Amino acid sequence: MSDTPSATAELTLPKDLAAEKGMVNVQIDGVWHQFPKGMRMIEACRSAGTIVPHYCYHPKLSAPGNCRMCLVQMGMPPRPAPGQEPKRDEYGYEPIGWMPRAVIACANTISENMGIRTTGELVEKCREGTMEFLLINHPLDCPICDQAGECRLQEHSVEHGRGASRFVDIKVKKPKNVDIGPRIRLDNERCILCSRCIRFMDEVAGDPVLGFTQRGTHTTLTVHPDRLLDSNYSLNTADICPVGALTSNDFRFQMRVWFLKETPTIDVNCGTGTNITVWTRNNTIHRITPRQNDAVNSCWMPDSHRLNFHYIDGEARFNQPLVKNGVLHDPIEWSDALNRAAEKLKPLAPGQIAILASGRMTNEELHLTRKLAETLGTSLVSLVPRFAECDGMLIAADRNPNTTGAKLVLGTEDPFAKLDAIRDGVRDGSIKALLVFGEDIITDAGFHFSDLAKLDYLLQTHILANPTALASHLVLPGAAFAEKRGSMVNLTGRIQRLNRAIEPPDQARDDWEILRDIIATVSGEKSDLHAIEDVFKSLAGSISALEGLTLSKIGHQGLSVTETGYQVPLLEKERQRKL
Amino acid sequence: MAVVKLQRPKLNAGEKIYFGAILKGFFITMSHAVRSLLGKTTGAKDLASSGLGVTMQFPEQRWDNQLPEYYRGAPTLVIDEQGRERCVSCQLCEFICPPKAIRITPSEIPTDDKWAKVEKRPIEFDIDMIRCIYCGMCEEVCPEQAIFLRKDYLVTGHTRAEMVHDKKKLYEIGGIRTGLVNKWNELK
Repeated sequence: MSDTPSATAELTLPKDLAAEKGMVNVQIDGVWHQFPKGMRMIEACRSAGTIVPHYCYHPKLSAPGNCRMCLVQMGMPPRPAPGQEPKRDEYGYEPIGWMPRAVIACANTISENMGIRTTGELVEKCREGTMEFLLINHPLDCPICDQAGECRLQEHSVEHGRGASRFVDIKVKKPKNVDIGPRIRLDNERCILCSRCIRFMDEVAGDPVLGFTQRGTHTTLTVHPDRLLDSNYSLNTADICPVGALTSNDFRFQMRVWFLKETPTIDVNCGTGTNITVWTRNNTIHRITPRQNDAVNSCWMPDSHRLNFHYIDGEARFNQPLVKNGVLHDPIEWSDALNRAAEKLKPLAPGQIAILASGRMTNEELHLTRKLAETLGTSLVSLVPRFAECDGMLIAADRNPNTTGAKLVLGTEDPFAKLDAIRDGVRDGSIKALLVFGEDIITDAGFHFSDLAKLDYLLQTHILANPTALASHLVLPGAAFAEKRGSMVNLTGRIQRLNRAIEPPDQARDDWEILRDIIATVSGEKSDLHAIEDVFKSLAGSISALEGLTLSKIGHQGLSVTETGYQVPLLEKERQRKL
Repeated sequence: MAVVKLQRPKLNAGEKIYFGAILKGFFITMSHAVRSLLGKTTGAKDLASSGLGVTMQFPEQRWDNQLPEYYRGAPTLVIDEQGRERCVSCQLCEFICPPKAIRITPSEIPTDDKWAKVEKRPIEFDIDMIRCIYCGMCEEVCPEQAIFLRKDYLVTGHTRAEMVHDKKKLYEIGGIRTGLVNKWNELK
């Protein structure tokens, strides 16, 4: 029996070939694909390049299948009669017996020899029906709704909607403009009851304060009577809300989304390096949203980081170089400022100069800081540590976004080691000049005003007015994180790219340019660094971990360049949920 | 295609010196001048002329009541008969405006306002009349029937700033408009 031709032929059947790899064969819109066993139908369709319209399904959440938008037609091979061999076509696939009713693609998984049709009369009719029901009670709020322009209901009603309503009764009234939390506004009439927000708060944020009350068309999203939606991850519910039911208070009525330019960059509020999109118009940031990166932040970001951008166009922003004149500061030209700094620094012995850099600087800026230290001959270079509590999700204990990068670039295991020595040196007068880049050392590094008064020369680059600037002889205006390009390495050892979303104000300059110009003025040699790419090239040439890399090769998702053993707690939880 | 050769008309000696034609034109002009002085110009009444030919003595005399219903003059904002400002600052006109003449700053309606349920209204609404091309797309795109092109065509100013119509000016020209759909009213 075993050596009959049919037995050997069966081994080459597509189902056996796929099973060897733990895959199954699925026919999507007439084309056969192989996907891993247990994949959701909607994900299989997405991989095959067909996006099935959906509301309630979110790849990072459980799938309750309650919106009914992702209905597709499914088919399986008919079960053969006992003793009968299944029929197969010339490629070894069994014929598909199509089911007469549609199934939801989000909560069903694929299986061997399954067929899926994402188009066709049945599927189209189902979608049109679902859309009509969803729109029955939906208010005509689009002109005032912040979601307009990125609303799934708008998008799908263009494709699958009727254009005019057949509903003659009076729409169900529900609470509007409900204050359910400090950062989130709820409009129940707009809600299509997809329950994404409820599942997010329960499964990801671990703070299940949202739920449905009432029944039928009167179903209402509510917050627990004794609670508020005040989790530090609450604004993610506004992101995943497919309609305008949950909107951000901060972004409320600021700007329509179709005017905004999206810039993919990274967050700099902690060592996680959350991937973000910065939304700008006319050189103003209007909002920040998380960007999916499954190796860093999944699809989420904390509210505290998301809303921390208003200082960028605030009143306290430095927009021109300032030189100390008595107690107060006077504006000065860049060339004069740099020449004066060089004049003060040149006569000093190497040991009399110290540099305090920041963990908020990019790799390129840290590289130039090291070059500056080499030019000045000083070895007194330190970063200012910034540690706080880890929230067990996305906010890391290390609030410096580039500590790992600093370790690589400065070639030291503890970039904060010399801070105490520098502070003592300033106090006992052995350090005459201090260069501070991007840090407010009075607030964050334990210096006192009286310490800084002992210095012969204090130079600070910063973006905002701060106590250290008051004591500084020269203040140079730098660029905020959304105004510069560069790279940072997060706590997991992933190099990621910052992109320029807006231009620095007035005369403020990119920090790497400031450092380059200081080096050039002090050394008297013309710099051959003209673009950030040149700096990265010089950096990549000096560090083995970055060998062969360029800024463009890093891409929008980043690259792992070093092993640190650090795990993002939120991603670990996500993995546990899947097990 | 066949080439058709045309022959120039042969002119006689009188036509060649064209003095007769000049004289003929002079007599036509003079006859019109005499007719206009006698107040007998054709169509003078229909064109609301000054009485001296068909010429209108602008700006003392105006076309205003002659303008057709569909005339596209200055864009304005309107208030409805309930006294509600129609604009909810959806910024669609700002988006559609071909010369980018419109700039809107949206804001929230305070909760103690009579129309608080509308939630949104413009705090600033500027139309740069130097840029405006009177195309009427803003009126066409408006989902709230808030912006209309009126018959005002005399938009003048001494400075560029004067030529920017702000929210106050726009409502001043627009005035109250009746017969609009009041979708924000409570049913029943």
